[in-house]
Amino acid sequence: MAKMNLLQAINSALDLAMAKHDNVYSFGEDTGGFGGVFRATSGLTEKYGKHRNFNTPLVEQGIIGFANGLASQGSYAVAEIQFGDYIFPAFDQIVNESAKFRYRSGNEFNVGGLTIRTPYGGGIAGGHYHSQSPEAYFAHTPGMKIVTPRNPYEAKGLLLSAIFDPNPVLFMEPKRLYRASTGDVPEEEYTIPLGKADVVKEGTDITVLAWGAQMEVTEKAVEKAEQDGVSCEVIDLRTILPWDVETVTQSVLKTGRLVISQEAPITGGFASEIAATVQDKCFLYLESPIARVCGIDVPYPLCHEKEYMADHLKIYEAITRSMNY
Amino acid sequence: MAKDKKHNTEIVTKPQWFDGESVTIPMLQILKEDGSFHQGADMPEYDKDLIVKIHDTMQFIRTLDERMIAAQRQGRISFYLASRGEEAESVASAAALDSGDMIMGQYREQGALAYRGFTVEQFMNQLFSNEKDLGKGRQMPVHYGCAELNFMTISSPLGTQIPQATGYAFGQKMDKTGKCTICYFGEGAASEGDFHAALNMASVYKVPVIFFCRNNGYAISTPSQGEQYGGDGIAPRGIGYGIKTIRVDGNDVFAVLKATQEARRLAVEENEPVLIEAMSYRMSGHSTSDDPTGYRTREEEEGWKVKDPLDRLQKWMKNEGWLNDEDVQQQHEEVKAKVLAALKEAEKVPAPHIDELINDVYDEPTPLLKEQLEELKAHIRKYPDAYPKTSGRLD
Repeated sequence: MAKMNLLQAINSALDLAMAKHDNVYSFGEDTGGFGGVFRATSGLTEKYGKHRNFNTPLVEQGIIGFANGLASQGSYAVAEIQFGDYIFPAFDQIVNESAKFRYRSGNEFNVGGLTIRTPYGGGIAGGHYHSQSPEAYFAHTPGMKIVTPRNPYEAKGLLLSAIFDPNPVLFMEPKRLYRASTGDVPEEEYTIPLGKADVVKEGTDITVLAWGAQMEVTEKAVEKAEQDGVSCEVIDLRTILPWDVETVTQSVLKTGRLVISQEAPITGGFASEIAATVQDKCFLYLESPIARVCGIDVPYPLCHEKEYMADHLKIYEAITRSMNY
Repeated sequence: MAKDKKHNTEIVTKPQWFDGESVTIPMLQILKEDGSFHQGADMPEYDKDLIVKIHDTMQFIRTLDERMIAAQRQGRISFYLASRGEEAESVASAAALDSGDMIMGQYREQGALAYRGFTVEQFMNQLFSNEKDLGKGRQMPVHYGCAELNFMTISSPLGTQIPQATGYAFGQKMDKTGKCTICYFGEGAASEGDFHAALNMASVYKVPVIFFCRNNGYAISTPSQGEQYGGDGIAPRGIGYGIKTIRVDGNDVFAVLKATQEARRLAVEENEPVLIEAMSYRMSGHSTSDDPTGYRTREEEEGWKVKDPLDRLQKWMKNEGWLNDEDVQQQHEEVKAKVLAALKEAEKVPAPHIDELINDVYDEPTPLLKEQLEELKAHIRKYPDAYPKTSGRLD
């Protein structure tokens, strides 16, 4: 075990993956010798050479197109998009290419070796273009897997799974926690299965569900609610697509209440998808309406960031409202 | 330009290959590094007032940048992005334009905005995201915009403004405005698909647009040569798209002025899109989030210091008797005092009212947005201490 922050855990996963197979490549804007703007790829060029970990020209559609081609050739392509906010020039390559490569060819070809790493989320005074949580755009795309870790241990195990998963994976890294979140992480290789939610804490009165950076906020809200005597079951979804319907619905069948929190704007967000499925499968067991605590429907603002965020007080209020319904 | 080449193609019977050596693009320089003119150089149109205004704007921006980097280090603003070493590019090019021409910047063109007349108070209000900021505090520092000065609001995603400039210029042409659009971007942004779309469409539609590439050697940590591109910079791409192209010394006020004056004439009088590649060096880090010592050497930086655009202009102006050392020092102190006074003032101005959160998403807030705002206000009333910026004035 070693004490690592989330960035170090990601770096460790990349290091082990590249050591394991010679055809694992890591690339993106500034990710070469410099190690990326957040330093997630530090030291990889020194260790594996500039042909395995390298800078790309500044063109996101090119990065993912290149990665699709490389993955279709049988290599493992781990592409970094510098900020989730800058992934959209690659939207075509991801939505029409990565996600459909296997299906459209009748499995003659696939890009299973593709992993797209990108930092996402707010709380860093990043304004419109260094703060967004774009998971829902991609969750509407069958063929992609979408994964987001909540802490360093999860980050390393999930990223190692993502890199070697036989499907293209969008791996969204909570940048607010890059250095803020630290914990014990095994130095050797281990994996955490994709598609499996994690019941972080068992409880009986209400299920509180989130993913990525929002887990930290959620746990703070739950702490406050428990002081009021509310027993909360806390679930980290971990994989947004395909999501673990079973774990979530089993929990709600037990508690009868559900609060879902996401950073992204509420309308069309993934919380809405979960709410729809849960009300379908748990309708007669629900004691109160499913609550969504999300960003409001405006572009991510700089000066009102604090007001905009789905913070622990808003989640706590939703838990209380649900309990008192 | 766009001749029907299909019918003019010469036929050969042996393979002929073309590469970067087939076209070599020289660099226009008028003012030498020692502050004297090349003999026989084609001069731009200029007079003393123009050069003094260019100089004073460059001096202002350099001092503003210095002070704001310091303010960021002190934690007074969250972020800053300096243009040190590249002031001649944005200021002298803006000086070649009509004030009615549209400017679309990337984010390092505060010089062009200052030349247009953006005041030190306006700069500060944006940098402090206060309620007097024209952008209503919604964007990170340096994302300026001002409709009155025809300066389109900056957007962080790289290259997005380049095809927009083509579209804007198309409208200017159709409306017979006699105006053009200048679009600034870096050599890194020129790798984006948007750059290629923009040049191709401008060439097809023949619109009055000036694409101004600031080739400053770096995209954050990525050096241009060999890692951003394998060819001879950005200029040859213009030729490939059938666009009139020139390469200039971006640290030479006179070369930038001359090239942009000619470009504007081509754009406005002949509806010719133009590409200018200005060669310079980003003396500062990419932004305050970046430390260049991690990816380049002190020697490399020193090598560019001697080419500094402001020093070079000042040398010439001193020789002309238009400036002396005392003027420079006094001007620096004056600007510094002005910047510090405006900074202190802007710091005191409150953040925009919470109601502004839902304005401008659409032309009018939707019923759902109004409902979301009311819920938010009720929440802030319940926990006023958690939202100190806005809880004091919710009505």
